[in-house]
Amino acid sequence: MIRLERRPQPSPIWSMATPLVAVLATMIAGGLLFAALGKNPVEAIRTIFWDPLFGEFAFYYRPQLLVKGAPLVLIAIGLSLGFRAGVWNIGAEGQYIMGAICGAGAGLAFYPTESVLIFPLMVLAGGLGGWAWAMIPAVLKTRFGTNEILVSLMLVYVAEQFLASVSLGLLKNPEGFGFPGSRNLQSWDSAHNAELIAGSGLHWGVVAALIAVIFAYVLLNRHMLGYHIRLSGEAPRAARFAGVNPNRLVLFCLGLSGALAGLAGMFEVSGPSGQISIDFNVGYGFTAIIVAFLGRLHAFGILLAGGLMALTYIGGDIAQSNMGLPSAAIQVFQGMLLFFLLALDLLTNFRIRIGQPEVA
Amino acid sequence: MKLNTLLTSAAVALGLATGALAAEDKTKVGFVYVGPVGDGGWTYEHDQGRKAVVAEFGDKVETVYVENVAEGPDAERVMTQMALEGADLIFTTSFGYMDPTINVAKKFPNVKFEHATGYKRADNVSTYSARFYEGRAVQGHIAGQMTESNIIGYIGSYPIPEVIRGINSAYLHAKEVNPDVEFKIVWAFTWFDPAKEADAAKVLIEQGADVILQHTDSTAPQAAAQAAGDVITFGQASDMAEYGPKPRVSSIIDDWAPYYIARTQAVMDGTWSTSDTWNGIGAGMVKIGEISDAVPAEIKASALALKASLADGSYHAFTGPIKKQDGSDWLAAGETADDGTLAGMNFYVEGLDGDIPQ
Repeated sequence: MIRLERRPQPSPIWSMATPLVAVLATMIAGGLLFAALGKNPVEAIRTIFWDPLFGEFAFYYRPQLLVKGAPLVLIAIGLSLGFRAGVWNIGAEGQYIMGAICGAGAGLAFYPTESVLIFPLMVLAGGLGGWAWAMIPAVLKTRFGTNEILVSLMLVYVAEQFLASVSLGLLKNPEGFGFPGSRNLQSWDSAHNAELIAGSGLHWGVVAALIAVIFAYVLLNRHMLGYHIRLSGEAPRAARFAGVNPNRLVLFCLGLSGALAGLAGMFEVSGPSGQISIDFNVGYGFTAIIVAFLGRLHAFGILLAGGLMALTYIGGDIAQSNMGLPSAAIQVFQGMLLFFLLALDLLTNFRIRIGQPEVA
Repeated sequence: MKLNTLLTSAAVALGLATGALAAEDKTKVGFVYVGPVGDGGWTYEHDQGRKAVVAEFGDKVETVYVENVAEGPDAERVMTQMALEGADLIFTTSFGYMDPTINVAKKFPNVKFEHATGYKRADNVSTYSARFYEGRAVQGHIAGQMTESNIIGYIGSYPIPEVIRGINSAYLHAKEVNPDVEFKIVWAFTWFDPAKEADAAKVLIEQGADVILQHTDSTAPQAAAQAAGDVITFGQASDMAEYGPKPRVSSIIDDWAPYYIARTQAVMDGTWSTSDTWNGIGAGMVKIGEISDAVPAEIKASALALKASLADGSYHAFTGPIKKQDGSDWLAAGETADDGTLAGMNFYVEGLDGDIPQ
């Protein structure tokens, strides 16, 4: 008989190992799925995980990993601080959208002026836009005790309506023949978040993501506020005795994660995406939740997890095109990753015992 | 080294490589889809076009596709990937792929690109679209006579010129046969979301609509109409014949196959050049699906006559006198709309209620 036995302490080894085991399990289960679809599983797994990094065209895909991973990491870092404190911001997608709208809007107000001040202004506006959108659930929670999960999630759909509205109205390209969507910021030097080194994929959003990783690490491990965040999540009563003000913590965590999501949106709209359009958001805010947990809410873990998620997206598209795999199979594959991670998490807190329990 | 140079040299190297392997000499054609190939509508029909290319050229052609590609940087990456892997011709089948297509085309001057429904062209980028509004005229003609509540529900996707053109065309031709007809328009802000589309259809039916027209791609509104009972619908982009003979009484079918075959042939022959194609019923890019027996014979006959007059060019779907919604004159009696105005149409015609969302 197999039974689970609670560990006295969470196992540090399993805590580190579960993401790796989860990736391996995903590869095996995914390989079976691909085999069932009549594709060579080894080739499929190689296409997804190996080709973007070391294949023939890796010179193009490696920079794309940065482009795809940066917004995920930037958003996930912000979310992880809140998740650690037990503050659940599920609405990063909305904050991402509002950051992009505010950032692009602040820039486009000065079109076609060329000035070095425009881009910094857009960065500021983008961060503030995301911050303000996250402050709605934060203030409602601290003033009226509403549930931040519901409020932040619902505000995603409100933000999507805003996005559609500005794409069709306020920010619509006057030279766009009546089609929705803003001017393309890529063709306006002052507002373009261009690659810092051509061909490297390294734009300001990537830089911001790396700074955020270091900042989050220092905050959580070397700073009183970081200690309070961890304490509130792990032992809320103890935190109150230690003098932590829960309201201030909610405002800080939601505000910071909103600002980072807003920055991610702003860097995306001014760089890789280029324009505000109705379908501007592609789910980074939701995927970042997976990234945060895949990275164990740890700053450097998130960096790796963001890279891994980006890899499955890019490799997944290659597998679709080269091997004719349906996109649904790729999505199932990505879903497996989270599923196995959560399932294997059990091993951190429990150990498997085989045999009859000893009679006391 | 600059990415552009790198990519170009890679493309050139590939071009040389394929040239060296002249024995194989396959033309590689890529397709980028915004939805799943099983949507039963827009993307499904583009994929039918791809299959027609395979059927036509057999071993001489290799096709690849990626579905569910988000508009923006993801689309750009997928196109770049196809070009790197040696595609000679790439069809990008959604309006939002416009700027990405132009960006990638700049990096791969030897690869030909075809962008559906856009307006930006380059030396290696053509655009193509279909005059769906001609099909809408036939729909409006049938719908206006079939409705008993005089309320026609219309599920719009996004308020872009193509969709507004369709609403205007359907309304004008419904009004022509039924002066009391009224249009209720719901904007779904999606091309493909079965749940949202079904909700939109239900709302319209509850508001008294007994005809549902849709400019979204799934079959969910058809199912909702079927469940509601005495409501008729029209297939969109694809025939959706499985919902016939009722609720689906007819359909607009996008037939991309002849165009895709012709353009692939042009690449093979080395005769491909930039063009802007906007074909309708006459050229066979827009087809009217079988009008079912649920439609009385005389309505069917007059609908087919209208279709024939659109096909041979003797009648234009936008023929004056037509006023704009605000009452100002648009087309004088006998005057027909020019393509430029149609392409950027951002106003309702007189008689439609409500505002175009902004």
